Amino acid sequence: MKSTLFSKKNRKLLSDPLGDQNPITIQVLGICSALAITVQLQQALVMSMSVVFVMVCANMIISALRNVIPSRIRIIVQLVVVSSLVVFVDQVLQAFLPDVQEKLSVFIGLIVSNCIIMGRLEAFALGNTLWPSFLDAIGNAVGYGWILLAVAFFRELFGSGKLFGYQVFPDGWYEAGGGFYLNNNLMILPPMALIVVGVIIWVQRSRKSFPDELLEEN
Amino acid sequence: MEELVNIFIKGVFIENMIFAYFLGMCSYLAVSKTVETGVGLGAAVIFVLGITVPINYLLENYLLSEGALAWLGESYATIDLSFLSLIMFIAVVASMVQLVEMLVEKFSPQLYSSLGIFLPLIAVNCSILGGALFMQERQYSTIVEATSFALGSGVGWFLAIVGIAAIREKIRYSNVPAPLRGLGITFIITGLMGIGFMCFMGISI
Repeated sequence: MKSTLFSKKNRKLLSDPLGDQNPITIQVLGICSALAITVQLQQALVMSMSVVFVMVCANMIISALRNVIPSRIRIIVQLVVVSSLVVFVDQVLQAFLPDVQEKLSVFIGLIVSNCIIMGRLEAFALGNTLWPSFLDAIGNAVGYGWILLAVAFFRELFGSGKLFGYQVFPDGWYEAGGGFYLNNNLMILPPMALIVVGVIIWVQRSRKSFPDELLEEN
Repeated sequence: MEELVNIFIKGVFIENMIFAYFLGMCSYLAVSKTVETGVGLGAAVIFVLGITVPINYLLENYLLSEGALAWLGESYATIDLSFLSLIMFIAVVASMVQLVEMLVEKFSPQLYSSLGIFLPLIAVNCSILGGALFMQERQYSTIVEATSFALGSGVGWFLAIVGIAAIREKIRYSNVPAPLRGLGITFIITGLMGIGFMCFMGISI
């Protein structure tokens, strides 16, 4: 039986991780590297794109090799594949975006131990063919990326009054221009990332259409 | 000595792995339901960090960084292998975890029964790899300093997970709004704890 490229099942692979199976807010994967780089949208964007790239390539490589990899050493094989891809991304960023790479510092390296990637390789790519693995990777990486961008949006907007480095609030609002507005410096500090994510989770789970069985006990 | 204590305190309170860098959040959130498991995982993290960071420090300084191969002879003095460091570090972490698990099982079954199930989890804990990468970035001058940093961040991680586990045990009796239960409230509490830890900023001995 051969399913078409965009059959219902395949579309679900793509859309589920964006919403009710989101890797960050529901499956609790990949939070480690997600939060620290959400002070500015630019960093978050570069990080999400790196993760999309690494994830798609790794998922497809592992999926293509799935019949050749002995199951005893699969973790090492996965680690090697992922870390080579990450080294590649790191070198590219160093060459073309040195200032962003400087700020992301160790967090690009930490993509290696990002549990989303290992989790999807282990749970999906090892048992599925190329095309579904590709869709699954895109879905999960974008699901990760949009949470990152959402957190970064709020933190940059309220923390420094900018988006992508461009000032949003007019000068007249600030005290120097005779206004009333002050940037909320707390938003730039690390703990606020956690609280913003907590609130996003809250909003997401408050929707009427959110499946009851995914709600947790304390 | 003063410097060592300073690095240690900094790792525990100011540059806390969880509250300042969010490293190891996945296992932190997953294994913090009771204090007992929290203590187990926290101890395992201290243990593994204390072993892998010094090893990675040696690798970094005698193999990987620019000029590190000078001990092999003149002609090797200009080689820079630092682009390989990520792969080396993750390999060290994965194999050390495996090795430690086998050793502990062989020599201390008692410790194994309490730490055992947590050790495999450690290999994918970002705080271990993060420890190695921060060690590389901050360029500690001696192996003792690097070890002190590793133990400090391990203890910081331990404190964080035990703290949140204790709070989560208590919060079971409170009436949290349904959509916020579990993950959501844990995030928010961690954020508040982080704000608490920020008052340590600027301390130095």
